[in-house]
Amino acid sequence: MDEETYEDDAQRDLDREHGPEGVRLAGVLYEPAEPGERAPRRRRKKKTRATYLFRFIALAYLFFLVAWPVSLVVKNTFANGLSDLTDLLSDPDAIKALKLTIVVAIIAVIVNTIFGVGMALLLVRYQFPGKRLLSALIDVPLSVSPIVVGLALVLVYGGRDGWFGVWLEDHGFQVIFATPGIVLATIFVALPLVIRELVPVLEEIGIEQELAARSLGANAVQTFRRITLPGIKWALIYGVVLSLARSLGEFGAVKVVSGNVLGQTRTATLMVEEKYLNFDKGGAYATSFLLVLVAVSCIVVVSLIRPKEKRK
Amino acid sequence: MVLAVASEGRAGRTKRLGRPGHLTKVSGLGLGVSLIWFSLLVLIPLAAVVTTAAEGGWDAFWHTITNEQTFAAIKLTVSQAFLVTGVNIVMGTLIAWVLVRDSFFGKRVVEVLIDLPFALPTIVAGLVLLSLYGPKSPLGIDIANKPSAVTVAFLFVTLPFVVRTVQPVLEELEGDVEEAAASLGASRFTTFRRIILPSLIPAIAAGAALSFARAVSEYGSLVLLSGNLPFKTEVTSVRVLSSVENNNTEAAAAVATVLLVISLAVIVILDIVQRRMSRRG
Repeated sequence: MDEETYEDDAQRDLDREHGPEGVRLAGVLYEPAEPGERAPRRRRKKKTRATYLFRFIALAYLFFLVAWPVSLVVKNTFANGLSDLTDLLSDPDAIKALKLTIVVAIIAVIVNTIFGVGMALLLVRYQFPGKRLLSALIDVPLSVSPIVVGLALVLVYGGRDGWFGVWLEDHGFQVIFATPGIVLATIFVALPLVIRELVPVLEEIGIEQELAARSLGANAVQTFRRITLPGIKWALIYGVVLSLARSLGEFGAVKVVSGNVLGQTRTATLMVEEKYLNFDKGGAYATSFLLVLVAVSCIVVVSLIRPKEKRK
Repeated sequence: MVLAVASEGRAGRTKRLGRPGHLTKVSGLGLGVSLIWFSLLVLIPLAAVVTTAAEGGWDAFWHTITNEQTFAAIKLTVSQAFLVTGVNIVMGTLIAWVLVRDSFFGKRVVEVLIDLPFALPTIVAGLVLLSLYGPKSPLGIDIANKPSAVTVAFLFVTLPFVVRTVQPVLEELEGDVEEAAASLGASRFTTFRRIILPSLIPAIAAGAALSFARAVSEYGSLVLLSGNLPFKTEVTSVRVLSSVENNNTEAAAAVATVLLVISLAVIVILDIVQRRMSRRG
């Protein structure tokens, strides 16, 4: 019996090395599917026709959908040399819009980072009733249409008949058609990004080290700063960069709540639309170019961070 | 963000390392403040949309959303979102496959290209597509103001979702099982269908749900590209906006509620898929 098995194994080894006849396992001969391509290890490294075909399809799809169109915007920006960009940067209204965009994005990122870290810690480290519901609701802003976001904020904070807006406006605080509305809309749309990045990382690092630190006498702040924060550092940066990109680029929600008052509540994305529709294509392309530049640098930063996180 | 969906399954396994504790005084206060902020910003405004829609009663609601033009917009949005999600399931899985299993010069550039639609402002996405597929197209293809403009815009903005959910799962897939299948004589296609595909399906489903939700709610990329022609290229978000601009908030809220219901359905589906993933993991 033993000898028979041994013989089978020997036969199998022999087959593996030599023949395209097939593999003998448990006495049954298995014919290879593709003659001459037997060893799976070698097969994966060897590029078949299908590999090249898939690569070609994927690259062609990305080229026509993303790469070529984006490169055309860069090309159109510099069609008249640098004049479109310099015109844009010497227009005080445009500068105001760019400044407003940056200020709003920075406020939104700070608020979302603080809220995001707190919420992620609460969702992972604590147990409370309704936790599952809350963790599902946190994702809502990602799948709500920007226009609906704008409408929702107008219904509550609108000065004319909003739920809280009337009271706020009576007390001299205008939200809708003013900068606070733009800030609220921007915070809304980028809200889940930091939390989404932190939750899986916090779950993965566990609480053993934190418990150890606490038992050694560290207080909550020390534990967070020395133990938790270094563990979630890269995920946090990743979430912040994503939030920044999203905050700088929000368009639909901001359009509804801003009222688009020239030079006061106009952001960079609104300026792109306005300039394009007013046949100032050069200005529209120049503004878009700046936004593309920011988006690309955000992604490059993120892709530089990613592998580092993995190596850890 | 997208990656988090897929990695949640993995996190489920490591959970037992640390059991969540009960709320302390400080964390309870933190939870309270967070909940108030979240309610003021998200929950109350969204509730206001639904309440406003319900104010006129069911008949008014039904009348608004079955208005010929609105209904045409909803039909166009949903059918295009389904079409685009179908394309994404195939192309997204294929791109993820190429990124994980193939190696070639410039792969990092491809990685950047995939994330670009997520980071690019939607209005810029519209302008970007208009420069290749607009009136001055170097290709001679002009889709501006045509229904196909909606398809292309949706394809652009939803590109990352399936790729980014499938990719990490594919990376973690053990090669042994595939090798075993191949050594037992399974063809490449059979190995893919019987071994790889079943483990990818939850990730593909999650990516598909995200890209469907994104497509249904899309607005910015269409502004310059589709012309928003009633009955032809007008999508649901644009209907909501034109009602808002006409100060008809009730009609706007009714159509917005339809969109909210669709997003909610997607979130529920995602949650079910994720739970199934973590149970398997």
